[in-house]
Amino acid sequence: MEIPYTVKPRPDTGLYNAKLGIWLFLASEVMLFGGLFSSYILLRVGADLWPHGMLSIPIGTFNTFVLIASSVTVVMSWASLKLGKLASFKLYMALTIACAFGFLGVKSYEYYVKFTHYDVWFKDDATAQKYFIAAYGEKGEADVRKQFVERFHLHNTKATYDPHEIQMAGHLQGNPLFASHKTLAKAKTEKIMFDPDPKFGSHDHPKAIEVLVSDVKRMSAYVPAHSTYFAIYFTITALHGLHVLGGALVLGYFLLTADKWWKKAPEQFANRIEVGGLFWHFVDLVWIFLFPIIYLL
Amino acid sequence: MQATTSTHTEAAHSHEHHHDPGFLRSYVFSTDHKVIGIQYGFTALAFLFFGFLLMMCMRWQIAKPGVPIPIVGGMLEAMLGDVAKGGVMSPDLYNAFGAMHGTIMVFLAVVPLAFAAFGNYVVPLQIGAVDMAFPRVNMASYQCFAAGGVVMFVSFFIPGGAAQGGWTSYSPLASVIPTNGQTFWLIGMVLLITSSLLGAVNFIATVIQLRAPGLTWMRMPFFTWAQFVTAFILLLAFPPLEAAGILQLVDKVFGSSFFLPTGLVVSGKPYDVSGGGSPLLWQHLFWFLGHPEVYVLILPAMGVISEIIACNTRKPLWGYKSLVYSVLAVGFISFIVWAHHMYLTGMGTKISTFFQTTTMIISIPSVIILTCLFMSLWGGSIRFNTPMLFSLAFLPMFGIGGLTGLPLGFNFSDLHLHDSYYVIAHFHYVVAPGTIFALFAGIYFWYPKMTGRYMDETLGKIHFWLSLVGMNLVFMPMFFQGLYGMSRRMSDGGATYALTNPANEGVVTALTTTVMKLNVFVTHAAVLLLIAQVPFIINVFMSMFNGKKVESDNPWQATTLDWQTPTPPPHGNFTKEIVVYRGPYEYSVPGHPTDFTPQNAPEPKLAK
Repeated sequence: MEIPYTVKPRPDTGLYNAKLGIWLFLASEVMLFGGLFSSYILLRVGADLWPHGMLSIPIGTFNTFVLIASSVTVVMSWASLKLGKLASFKLYMALTIACAFGFLGVKSYEYYVKFTHYDVWFKDDATAQKYFIAAYGEKGEADVRKQFVERFHLHNTKATYDPHEIQMAGHLQGNPLFASHKTLAKAKTEKIMFDPDPKFGSHDHPKAIEVLVSDVKRMSAYVPAHSTYFAIYFTITALHGLHVLGGALVLGYFLLTADKWWKKAPEQFANRIEVGGLFWHFVDLVWIFLFPIIYLL
Repeated sequence: MQATTSTHTEAAHSHEHHHDPGFLRSYVFSTDHKVIGIQYGFTALAFLFFGFLLMMCMRWQIAKPGVPIPIVGGMLEAMLGDVAKGGVMSPDLYNAFGAMHGTIMVFLAVVPLAFAAFGNYVVPLQIGAVDMAFPRVNMASYQCFAAGGVVMFVSFFIPGGAAQGGWTSYSPLASVIPTNGQTFWLIGMVLLITSSLLGAVNFIATVIQLRAPGLTWMRMPFFTWAQFVTAFILLLAFPPLEAAGILQLVDKVFGSSFFLPTGLVVSGKPYDVSGGGSPLLWQHLFWFLGHPEVYVLILPAMGVISEIIACNTRKPLWGYKSLVYSVLAVGFISFIVWAHHMYLTGMGTKISTFFQTTTMIISIPSVIILTCLFMSLWGGSIRFNTPMLFSLAFLPMFGIGGLTGLPLGFNFSDLHLHDSYYVIAHFHYVVAPGTIFALFAGIYFWYPKMTGRYMDETLGKIHFWLSLVGMNLVFMPMFFQGLYGMSRRMSDGGATYALTNPANEGVVTALTTTVMKLNVFVTHAAVLLLIAQVPFIINVFMSMFNGKKVESDNPWQATTLDWQTPTPPPHGNFTKEIVVYRGPYEYSVPGHPTDFTPQNAPEPKLAK
């Protein structure tokens, strides 16, 4: 005996099994990402400081359009199958997968930029002032500190604004990945060459300064350990990235086996594309929520 | 529009069932729901026993702190090293065993047995389906579960041992313990959650799509209803815990601070992380699963009990519709009661009041279910066989467990009882003589369908009576210990706070000698409970070969579709086309030739 409704819909529900299955799976995914988005809200509401403007909005916007385009092409590929046009299906599906890997490529670049970008917290205010003056001059120092207040929303009005909590942002010479005050201590490094970032809204890079490791309280690349902001950013976007990758692999498999399936079971094949497409739309939708809360707000 | 209607799948598949699939395909990587159900069943029973043995070691430590554990002490030292030096359980080992006892019992024993094993075996049979909707997803579900079990089991043997943060894994404690046990726990949990997600999708799709013709919603057996609601709870409540698990894993592995607050001091030193996280967030995400999980534990048990009661009283369930609506109500409300586990976190009286109210509301449908089951007994000609005995014991035992939960649901009385032995007694009454009795009942009840042989009645009755006595002797004293103020999770059973400890002379709140003596009493009772399981283990294996053979395919003369198949059911389950004509519990219908009318029996000609 056969399992019924694997291809044809059951009359009273109007669904074939896999279509119901994917909707249920997506309901569960909503709860998974819902849990993470709720965590984001709770962490942000409870935070004294929440960084702002840390991510490139043009790059994020570009990636948003890439994903939206892939949502269009995946529908077109399914519609092509329903119209019996296999060649056009292949073209649209290939475009979808190209968009997916384009998105992941851009995301990887964004990650790499963050992994080589550093913040340094100094051991006390006097030390911090010394280095800020060395980097930005007597006049620039105050400006940069003001920027800090602008870049980091001071949400909680009761939060005391601790002056030596101001960190200096920049790059380490040699562009190492994932260094931190712990790795410096382990390697017994005594001093580092630090390229401070230009002032906000300017492109003039200050000269590199020499920083004594003994003056550093904490140093972190822009990784999850940096702050809860980066922690939630990397966790949600990485999980979303894994969904994009998984979806692209499955759709890629459909594309590679298209000829065989088209001959064997065209209707079931079209159903598979529909189900894969539903998942794909969901992955896009998650990004549509992610983009504003992480890049814009 | 050119429609693509031609399909060759039917032709392509029709030859599939005739060739012999080989050992691996039939028993290890099987896609048959019945084999998967039995795989789940045996794995879960093995973990149930393992979790019980962990508890026996802990019970020894509670009764006789610092005394080497007899029999297994040397083995523990040989396998685990310094944490069991000289066969004595160290506090670290006690914590690890405690955390893993909870984890194993909930996630690897009771849920897989109640939901996955019984659900897989019985639900497709009860709805007249040939298999689950997605057989390969079903197989993947079991494989994920097995992998999760292996990860959890292996964690005992890694340096530092298994997770020590309790089965609830509260951060910051769970995050700052410098061993890798918690990381293993989290990876294991992610696998188990994936497994239950795959299972839940499959169950819901199966029940919605594959019901036999004529099996309308209100003709569905209550067991299937209970499993259906359970599947929804698993589908929607587990993902937030997966989110929490991922966040804690990132905390553990990448050094972030999701659950670590600013200014955290560990062992007298500021903890070197960014801070800014929220320990309360973990508790919310955990209990968002944790409380619905309680209903995942209990609803399938109620389903099993109602099948057995209907069959063994030879009359319809009392209030079938009330049962169905109540189980749906429990399913919905179970999502909005979670923070009654968190009254003592200081989340505020308004929020506490909200959750206190919803907690009281959810007790209403739960009591309706229990009342319906009690009322079903009225006027029945009850057969007192082993499955029925376990079911009858379930009712008052679950009643005790449920009613003692009310003082915990009120936040004023919870202030005193929170985290005491009272809590342990309460939820063990729900799960141990409650759910686990129902599962035993289910095993005795469906065993003839699975194997074609009955389990031995004498051994079954010995198992029942010893277990019933043992369970009560173990858990009843804990209510009194808890009321007296004994905290849970103390590796010396409270000896530090006992009046016998010279340091506590004159301390009015110190634990009295009577309370301390109960520790020893409970440990003896636990040994009795262990002995009580021996006849069961013998029975399960012996009856496969020596048990009395069933006289027919429907040995209990039951009405539901699971008994209208060959015994044991072949691949594909049914040999004839199934059409359902009636409700699930048509027992003793006046005028019918037998006292049971199967769901697929057409309307008989009434005697004139």
